[in-house]
Amino acid sequence: MVELRSTGKPRAAVRTWTSFMTDFSIIGKPIAMVDAAEKTTGAGKYTDDLSLPGMLIGKILHSPHPHARIKRIDTSRAQKLNDVIAVVVGADAPNPYGILPVGHDEHALAIDKVRYIGDNLACVVAVSEATAEAALELVEVEYEILPAYFDPEESMKAESNLIHDNKPHNLEKDYHHTFGDPDKGFAQSDYVTESRYLANEVTHAAMEPHSTLASFDIDSQTGQAGRLTVWSSTQVPYYLQHKLSLVLDMPMSQIRVIKPLVGGGFGGKSEVIPLEIIAAVAARKAKAPVKITYTREEVFWAHRGRPRTIIDLKTGVKNDGRITAVKARVVQDGGAYCSYGVVTILYSGALLGALYDIPNIHYDGYRVLTNKPACGAMRGHGTVNVRFAFESQLDEIAGRLQIDPAEIRRRNLLKPPCITVNGLRVQSYGLPECIDKIVERSGWKSRKGKMPKSRGLGIACSHYVSGAANSIIRSDMPHSTVNIKIDRDGGVVVYTGASEIGQGSDTMTAQVAAETLGCALSRIKIVAADTDLTPIDIGSYSSRVTFMAGNATMRAAQEVKKQIASAAAKKMNCAPEDLVFRDDSVFKQSTDHVGAGLRPAQEEQNSASVSGRVEGQILRGSLQQKRKDEGPKDSMSFEEAVVATIDFHGALTGTGSYAPPLEARGGKHKGGGVGPSPAYSYSAQVAEVSVDEDTGEVTVHKVWAAHDCGRALNPVSVEGQIIGSVWMGMGQALTEEMVWKDGLLMNPGLLEYRSPSSVESPEIEPIIVESIDPEGPFGAKECSEGSLAATIPAIANAIYDAVGIRLRESPFTPERVLAALRAKKNAKTLDMTEGVDPTAPVRLREHGGALWFKGKGPERHELDPARRTEGG
Amino acid sequence: MKKQLIELRVNGRPRELAVEPSKLLLETLRQDLQLTGSKRGCDDSSCGACTVLIDGVPMLSCTLLAASCEGQEITTVEGVSEHGALAAIQKAYGDWGGAQCGFCTPGFMMTVKHLLATTANPSEAEIREALSSNLCRCTGYSQMYQAIKAAIEAEQKGMDSLSQQVAK
Ligand code: FES
Ligand code: FES
Repeated sequence: MVELRSTGKPRAAVRTWTSFMTDFSIIGKPIAMVDAAEKTTGAGKYTDDLSLPGMLIGKILHSPHPHARIKRIDTSRAQKLNDVIAVVVGADAPNPYGILPVGHDEHALAIDKVRYIGDNLACVVAVSEATAEAALELVEVEYEILPAYFDPEESMKAESNLIHDNKPHNLEKDYHHTFGDPDKGFAQSDYVTESRYLANEVTHAAMEPHSTLASFDIDSQTGQAGRLTVWSSTQVPYYLQHKLSLVLDMPMSQIRVIKPLVGGGFGGKSEVIPLEIIAAVAARKAKAPVKITYTREEVFWAHRGRPRTIIDLKTGVKNDGRITAVKARVVQDGGAYCSYGVVTILYSGALLGALYDIPNIHYDGYRVLTNKPACGAMRGHGTVNVRFAFESQLDEIAGRLQIDPAEIRRRNLLKPPCITVNGLRVQSYGLPECIDKIVERSGWKSRKGKMPKSRGLGIACSHYVSGAANSIIRSDMPHSTVNIKIDRDGGVVVYTGASEIGQGSDTMTAQVAAETLGCALSRIKIVAADTDLTPIDIGSYSSRVTFMAGNATMRAAQEVKKQIASAAAKKMNCAPEDLVFRDDSVFKQSTDHVGAGLRPAQEEQNSASVSGRVEGQILRGSLQQKRKDEGPKDSMSFEEAVVATIDFHGALTGTGSYAPPLEARGGKHKGGGVGPSPAYSYSAQVAEVSVDEDTGEVTVHKVWAAHDCGRALNPVSVEGQIIGSVWMGMGQALTEEMVWKDGLLMNPGLLEYRSPSSVESPEIEPIIVESIDPEGPFGAKECSEGSLAATIPAIANAIYDAVGIRLRESPFTPERVLAALRAKKNAKTLDMTEGVDPTAPVRLREHGGALWFKGKGPERHELDPARRTEGG
Repeated sequence: MKKQLIELRVNGRPRELAVEPSKLLLETLRQDLQLTGSKRGCDDSSCGACTVLIDGVPMLSCTLLAASCEGQEITTVEGVSEHGALAAIQKAYGDWGGAQCGFCTPGFMMTVKHLLATTANPSEAEIREALSSNLCRCTGYSQMYQAIKAAIEAEQKGMDSLSQQVAK
């Protein structure tokens, strides 16, 4: 860690600023999201709610084999079925693509090989879903089955039958990083411990299944199919536009991507999902609009979730608990395609830093290909599983050294502003306060160690980036740009490419614009995420929107504000700098502006100044008259000021953009581009759990979660994001797990995957900590991901506190808890699978594949009534 | 399959339409009546996003045949707002963060509407139990409890002021 200036209490300095700046009128107040009514009334449109005249339905044929060469694919019988309009196969769109420039290994539909059960083979377009489904049965595919790889450590030994020919040993990517001098660090330590941790695979399971609608216009000049419009359930409309252009061989300017409401993403929609491309290819071939919506089972196959991760972690500490060195070897079971894999494996190593002060780090990361659906980015991208290992191990060390687990964390704090040993710049750092807060609220000091039998408390911390400082495509292009237009009606239209996916992006934009302009929130109209209308924004991922799009919005608003100020200043006979914008009016700083005095009058005026359009001219009778009557004055309504500005300047528009500062973009080492962020969020949590020692069931009673979000622009949303993250972390900790049998997902349904319901969800107390980041918009940082990672180890540590077992494999299911309890007592492990199908996975289910799945998948167990007979 | 003429009563209005006997109520609502508020979130009746009220009882419209609902009163999320304004529960869900992405929200609206109609002052345990028929992936449910409590309070206040007016 390199300290950037003499540490001299930056936190105290920050405080003063806080008290000075708290005088906001829009931000910092809990408000309903701007689109809340659309959602609670059902009026809002998600992609699958849209339809176009003449729209056809597409259905995709998926591979029943985990690894096979396609010898022949014959669609002629399907083609002949009544009301089938087109059948699309790989040859219809042979260009490869992938979300990362280094990972263009996917095709819309398989060309020569299928690489996982569920891989995409063909798409039937028909007038109805039923017809399309019937036609899928008629597509004939002949395969040459290849040996498949399901375990990453086995897969890495492969010499032949590689998943991708250009990836020897099925190794997508490996990184080996050394920062500081780890050997020396371990030599200096008083105590070293080493363990293997395993985090099983989880997926986003957003409530809205992916859906895409694609349609071509006819060009007036050529009379031929021209521009393509795609409505899609995506977090990254601009990346989608780019990939569509690659695969369809069309210029980006001819492609418009519109993002309607999105029913949750969590990373699952942060890259281009096959159906998005397939729908466009199908629309081109069918010469009609095509909509494809995944079934829930298809959503599980599309996946892109958090990989199963094996972590070998070694930590060295001094007797006082100070960490001297960390060594981590991480193997990720990445599935059949690269997806975000290279970034995921880098995050796993990079974000060992920036939470605590670790002087020496060695990291070996392996991203391995296997014949399973591709893993990608999921909430807390790359950091979560390693954090589980790290925080568990730290707890173990604290126990060993008899240091309070909260205290050992305090002893390893960074001293910001600083640059960590692996090149991450840390400025605002609310972690100490987060720890203080949860220790206090949970009654840690008085209750820890004095809990009733089988009940315990555990603590853990985590952090996350507020947007990646380097975009996927390394360039100096701004990451977000926002335009603002204000017209004579006084309405403020904000054009932003940022993608609302339920996290509150549009609301944040509206709040930041209104606060900066000092106008009423009701004036703001958001036009978002439409590649034709809005300037580019790289998308809703890596928790970047508040920080980056928020800054861009603020800058755009400042630009228009400057124009308004100069016009208003002329009217008021003062310098623009003397003007204050607030409560929907503009007034001289010197005037005793009492909100209460001015506000009701303003409101009256607003409602009175209804514009009438007479002979093409907008007249504001009373308002304009009033302006003439009075000479220079001390205040103007926002609308008056706008009209004055337009009189002086003509159109009132502004633009603002954001690119992360150079200092925040990280080290120069290979892979050093992933991990750096302009600001990090921090979280500390205490979980209270009890363990039923007879059944192995773990109950989480309560989680106290303190999160440093810089500044809470909308506290109700911030709390919602913290709760949602903790809740999702709890799911991964206790129940959620993708169970595989030879590459077949055994639990592709929401109940079988065990997304927790309200009765299984604990009380979560969110605690907002505001460290006021010097570069965030109004000091804000991210709040949607950073909390997730701490929950899993907090629960693991609480289980240890409750019953004395260290669980090193997540989720902590009753089977695993019982096995550990029995091992502790030196009792024989119970064989829970005794007497059942020996080929079934460790965890059981009653049928292979969801009930809807009628046999395009793999063979079922012979006792399964849903099993289809050969050739049937 | 040959279509049949059926008459459904949806949100208090009669709607005559021709559907296949096998057509699900959810699809009929979404495709034939353009009432896209009810959502499909799963394949196997597990998520509750499609919940509607049939004669006041919450049911999964993805698990009902449209033709079997003739003669019953169907209420969808589009029928929840009152006189062009948000119902108390809709307002409260917005204010308290009960809806994030909103995809599960229509289903929850129906479940909660039924809960409030049948249980005067539900305890937190009762609320949790009622909500367990619906899944949400965003909120962790916590803010929904606050919203529900706020809606009950708002409604009671509304009732109070109403009864006060009557008393006057
Ligand atoms: S759509 Fe999921 S329960 Fe009906
Ligand atoms: S708000 Fe997104 S699923 Fe409930």
